[in-house]
Amino acid sequence: MVRFLKRSYIYLVFVFLYMPIAVLMVYSFNDSRSRGMWGGFTLRWYVELFQDRTIMSSLYSTLFIGVVSAIIATVIGTLAAIGIHNSRGIQKKLIMNVTYLPVLNPEIVTAISLMILFVFAKVRLGYLTLLLAHITFNIPYVILSVLPKLRQLNKHLYEAALDLGCTPARALWKVIIPEIMPGIITGLLLAFTLSIDDFVISFFTTGSGVSTLSITIYSMARRGINPKINALSTIMFTFVLLLLIIVNIRQAREQRKGRNGRNGQKSHFDSLRSRFSGA
Amino acid sequence: MKRSTLFPYVVWMALFIIVPMVLVLYYAFTVPTESGATWSLENFARFFEPIYLRVLWRSLRLAVISTVICLVIGYPAAMVMSGNAFEQKHVILLLFVVPMWMNFLLRTYAWLTILERNGVINVVLNSLNLPSLNILYTEGAVVLGMVYNFLPFMVLPIYSVLSKIDRGVVEAAGDLGANAFQVFAKVIFPLSLPGVVSGVTMVFMPALTTFVISRLLGGGQFTLIGNLIEQQFLVVGDWGFGSSISVVMIVLILLSMAIMSFFEGEEKDVALW
Amino acid sequence: MDEIIVELKSVSKVYDETVALDGINLYIRKNEFVTLLGPSGCGKTTTLRLIGGFEQPTDGTILFEGRDVTDVPPYKRRVNTVFQRYALFSHLDVFENIAFGLRIKKYSEKVIKEKVGRMLEQVNLAGFEKRDVNSLSGGQQQRVAIARALVNEPEVLLLDEPLAALDLKLRKEMQHELKSMQKQLGITFVFVTHDQEEALSMSDTVVVMKDGRIQQIGTPVDIYNEPKNAFVADFIGESNIVDGIMRQDYVVDFGGATFDCVDFGFAKDEEVDVVIRPEDLVLIPAENAKLSGVVSSVNFLGVHYEMFVDADDGTSWLVHSTLMEPVGTRVGLGLEPMDIHIMKKVRP
Repeated sequence: MVRFLKRSYIYLVFVFLYMPIAVLMVYSFNDSRSRGMWGGFTLRWYVELFQDRTIMSSLYSTLFIGVVSAIIATVIGTLAAIGIHNSRGIQKKLIMNVTYLPVLNPEIVTAISLMILFVFAKVRLGYLTLLLAHITFNIPYVILSVLPKLRQLNKHLYEAALDLGCTPARALWKVIIPEIMPGIITGLLLAFTLSIDDFVISFFTTGSGVSTLSITIYSMARRGINPKINALSTIMFTFVLLLLIIVNIRQAREQRKGRNGRNGQKSHFDSLRSRFSGA
Repeated sequence: MKRSTLFPYVVWMALFIIVPMVLVLYYAFTVPTESGATWSLENFARFFEPIYLRVLWRSLRLAVISTVICLVIGYPAAMVMSGNAFEQKHVILLLFVVPMWMNFLLRTYAWLTILERNGVINVVLNSLNLPSLNILYTEGAVVLGMVYNFLPFMVLPIYSVLSKIDRGVVEAAGDLGANAFQVFAKVIFPLSLPGVVSGVTMVFMPALTTFVISRLLGGGQFTLIGNLIEQQFLVVGDWGFGSSISVVMIVLILLSMAIMSFFEGEEKDVALW
Repeated sequence: MDEIIVELKSVSKVYDETVALDGINLYIRKNEFVTLLGPSGCGKTTTLRLIGGFEQPTDGTILFEGRDVTDVPPYKRRVNTVFQRYALFSHLDVFENIAFGLRIKKYSEKVIKEKVGRMLEQVNLAGFEKRDVNSLSGGQQQRVAIARALVNEPEVLLLDEPLAALDLKLRKEMQHELKSMQKQLGITFVFVTHDQEEALSMSDTVVVMKDGRIQQIGTPVDIYNEPKNAFVADFIGESNIVDGIMRQDYVVDFGGATFDCVDFGFAKDEEVDVVIRPEDLVLIPAENAKLSGVVSSVNFLGVHYEMFVDADDGTSWLVHSTLMEPVGTRVGLGLEPMDIHIMKKVRP
């Protein structure tokens, strides 16, 4: 009985969490502009969505910036994590604190500070500034994904590589990077999702003519409800769901290897923490 | 291993984190003059005009309300999930996380469909011959949007701390004569405090700084501190004032983090990571 | 056999404020099995890491076959290491782990196959080529780590507490195997451990270290029978260490009596440490003994009994004996002059 109540409570919370998404998805197939009424099944909004130039071009921008910023952030962030892992004392503390800054700072502050920088430095707001901004807020998450992996490494692994004849650069490339690869990939995926999901920072650092999906959605939503957004939501939700399943299967496989039990949970947190900047 | 791998990051940090922060401070503490700029606290003085203090007060109030609601809903949820009510705990946990991965704007936008005058709620009410409700564009809608968006931030840290509590401790308390309520009040809750603290932090901060939720669900009538900053930069163009509000916001956040970490004691890492 | 392969000359290592090594001198002969033995923090691992090239000494030089290698990086030294907890590459299988060094040195595929194959045979892991190293048991991982190092045919193999993570039975087996492998391959082994039994049973030479200094270098038999100071005596096996006064050459006072001994060369009435191994004390009737007391506790340890005897002057004596006297019995402790080891006091 108690168990039943407990379960019901969780199901109720799930209803709260999923209802809006479900409503969005259902209405994306509704052949009626007035939301309350059900006007029959249609794929009209999907067709219109794909014909909408603004949405399509912002989709490309989003994907382009997502991919490029994730890759660059992963390279810089992975190298940084290795460097941080090997520094000590004040230097390490200082760098870690600055790393946490964009994570803990309200997103809007990061956003306006970058905007000031770009305007101050007379960089034209647009693709370049968006890219720079996205790389900047992605790097910390890559670092935070890679660092735990480094901490788990046997501290003699690098020395073992040197011992067997590797130069330092080679040891890094042939041993350390492959060993921390799961963390790097988690970081890459996290960076990509954060980038395509970002609104606030993009909103402040973009210029005329360049718009990401989030910005397009915002400007459409401000004007009220638009069934094309519903269709877009359905597609994006499905896509993110797939991505998440892939990540989780990867982690489950990692865990089965038995190297670290709490990895999965931890990564939920990393991802959630990042969502924390969502506002 | 070489520390030189840090180099690109250090340069990047300096350029895109440190310099921008310095610029914000610079704009916050100066006012423009004909010959450039001069140091001044004028921007901060403006913030203490009643109209802006009201905004600050509203932001704090709504953030506190949302945090409390999240805690009240979230703590029991975390407890149930960490207990043995479900066989597949990790699936339940995952189900909790999934909505978080939906685009934040879309999640907020979804409530428009539900709350608006011709939205789902009112259609249901009307079909039951009940009068329509005006929920959208009220403070209630803003709070709802905050709770909806940030609830998982409350649940997950609490869950992670609760699920790490050694069952032996709970059994020992029972063995020593504590009843179920006492076990909770004297053992489980104190042990879960670090999770509560980080949950509260993780809800309170974004709630305090959001400008999207208030814009979309409040319809622009409920200016929050975040909206104020947005206006200064994108509408008014008063960078000095906008920067000073940002500085106030950072100070507020540092303050609440200090308070939180005071409560949290030394176990900070456990809950957050 | 007597050719010196590695030599450390007044080598010091200082980390921040702490002195890890304090001017040690040490040479290692070819084909020798040398063990660095001491409690944690004594500097034994630091010594090994300096020989491996993972760290540079703050002071002093390290010679390899007479050449100064102090600043030569590890990948240019003809030395290989078996690391604590093995440090296997978990992204590579067993074969690739062992082949790693050969691949770096760009051997042909054929040679690699042959060498790795031979090595696998040697460490009894034939057939494990494709296995994930994480799926191996501790003992098997240990063998992979040894094979990975030995396949490079180093002049010197460094082993940093390689057996510490194994359970007792496996450890004994591996001790045997390592020893016979060393004999068979004719490679110099430098072995670090804190386990004195391990050190005594495997080594040709034992180097006892404490607080960054070498206390004694010698064969296991020498170290056990002729410990140079009270620390070595105490660390190697069990010992009774009591205060004594050297009356003159060959005569010492302790435990409230005067004894003959075989030591000489001390100042008259010099305060000394008297060390007596518990197995050298014999239980005799109290009335015949210079040293007597009451049995205060008895433990049965399988091969022998361990007894504590509280002597009349307040000293307490550990006695190992196959015979047992019950608690409370008055006994005498008999001992021969040659079993009394007199040591200069090192402690203030």
